[in-house]
Amino acid sequence: MALSNIWIVCEPSNGSFTSTSLELLTQARDLSATQSAITWGGDAALAAVAGNYGATTLYDVGDLGGALPGVPIASAIAALVASVGAPEAIFIPTSYDGRDIAGRLSVRLDRPVLTNVTGLVDVGGLVSEHPVFGGTQTVRARFTNEGPGIFVIRAKSFASEASGGAAASISASPSGDVGSTGTAAVVATHVEDRNGPKLEEADVVVSGGRGLGEADKYALIEEAATLLNGAAGASRAIVDAGWVPYSHQVGQTGKTVKPTVYIACGISGATQHMVGMKGSKNIVAINKDPDAPIFRIADFGVVGDVHKVLPNLIEALKSRK
Amino acid sequence: MTTSFIRRQARAARQRTDIDIDHQTRQVTSITCKVGLVNIIVCVKQIPDPAAPRSLDASHNLNRSGKLILDEADTYGVEMALQLVDAAGTGEVTVVSMGSAHDVAGLRNALAMGAARAVIVSDDALRSTDALGTAKVLAAVIKRESPDLVLAATESSDGYTGTTPVQIAELLGLPSITFAKSVTIDATTVKVDRQTESGYDEVTAPLPALITVTAGVVEPRYASFKGIMAAKSKPLEVLSVADLALGDATGPAGARQEITDVVAAESRAAGEKYVDEGDGAERIVDFLESIKVL
Repeated sequence: MALSNIWIVCEPSNGSFTSTSLELLTQARDLSATQSAITWGGDAALAAVAGNYGATTLYDVGDLGGALPGVPIASAIAALVASVGAPEAIFIPTSYDGRDIAGRLSVRLDRPVLTNVTGLVDVGGLVSEHPVFGGTQTVRARFTNEGPGIFVIRAKSFASEASGGAAASISASPSGDVGSTGTAAVVATHVEDRNGPKLEEADVVVSGGRGLGEADKYALIEEAATLLNGAAGASRAIVDAGWVPYSHQVGQTGKTVKPTVYIACGISGATQHMVGMKGSKNIVAINKDPDAPIFRIADFGVVGDVHKVLPNLIEALKSRK
Repeated sequence: MTTSFIRRQARAARQRTDIDIDHQTRQVTSITCKVGLVNIIVCVKQIPDPAAPRSLDASHNLNRSGKLILDEADTYGVEMALQLVDAAGTGEVTVVSMGSAHDVAGLRNALAMGAARAVIVSDDALRSTDALGTAKVLAAVIKRESPDLVLAATESSDGYTGTTPVQIAELLGLPSITFAKSVTIDATTVKVDRQTESGYDEVTAPLPALITVTAGVVEPRYASFKGIMAAKSKPLEVLSVADLALGDATGPAGARQEITDVVAAESRAAGEKYVDEGDGAERIVDFLESIKVL
């Protein structure tokens, strides 16, 4: 193992860490001799999770007091680097807050970042893999000078697997100087109702695109998803058009999903979309254009009118209940 | 109203002050800071048309020699900025960019939508600049403008690194709120509804601040014919690296990362394609049964 130490930013979520954080902890175990996790609002439960995924130390930045994590976590990591020395690499999940942390940290350490990482290979130094052109090609990149490599890694790039390690020892992280930058504060949180599984964790994803014709027709996508105990996704085109919120977006600029089956309805298969779903185990496509790129990667494609096939599918699924 | 009065008003607006005048005596009765006047910078990027074939050149840079357009992701920030200025009553939107200026149609598009000015840093020395180097260039430009608010997209559609805006905020010592779905401002504060995994947070920060705007949250206006004509004579400033005194932060010398190679990704083979004869839904059910989803 060429690396001796990797730090992993682990985002707390419901008493554990986000699934992407666990994936990063798992992958770091394969790449370095020791791993340290960095989190906020840490406690014994989180230390147990960190240890169970191979980390020996859990650096805890403490309660953020309503501040967005970007500034306080980046400044804490910079302070840690100054006090205990830099690791060879810092892994950060691709997430709303993860990218904030990465950007802030990049400036504080004056180090570049490599983002949208979907693979990491140790060739006597880490080489990261990045999908380009809709995932048809993979760019391999590396850092070229001394200092910790900051890698921002996409969800579902690696499997997560517990190591069964003992609880990590909790170490209070020094808090850095946040200056005038740390003044963004959360004043209220709104949780939107969601039926069924999260988009990234669902076994079945039913997604809609421009071929649906109008925003109201997205209800069909949601209905089919519910009937299949799945989640409803969307192409960028209909998110940009304001039909559905960004949180439904699958693709390069949205979420990466790898369900057992992905059902693309009225989605032509822009490269931007394909990169977020081509890792699905099975792909079903419904599109009226026989030459739509989505058919090139679909295991089962129906050339037909989504306004007929999708309601029929919903009826068929209902009759099985 | 006399010409001198109008001139005084125009000057006052420029100086971000508001003047009350007694029309009887034509004497100035008070001068107050005009809270309505807001200067907004929008960071934008001109990208190769996503609909056209894309390729990497010998040094693994995206080939940008052809036609360039305003990244659609940036049109939401431009629209948001124009709406905020409208709501404030007075102010100005300036678009700031970095990249090749051989084609400035994308910037003209932003001007046609209603932005007042455009500034682009264009220099051969900037080729291969990474996200941090780009942030240093844009931060240097923004600093000269002393804006109340900086807007950007969450990420570009071509490079999609997604860190440049926050890097700019850190370089300028500004608070930032990313993934905004709505933005309102008053004289001192910006209030944002920010996307989260489970819904949204209401987040506030004092001005000046940097906000990234999520695609799709506003409806970008189409440039009117009048707007397109007006854009032709709006100021568009092209700067070089030398104008900004940045040292070796940019270009290949500043980029401390490199692409080692580009390989074909594992590809998926196409499966069965069935032309619907009315039983397409049943065929899908059969397929779902075959993979044991049903």
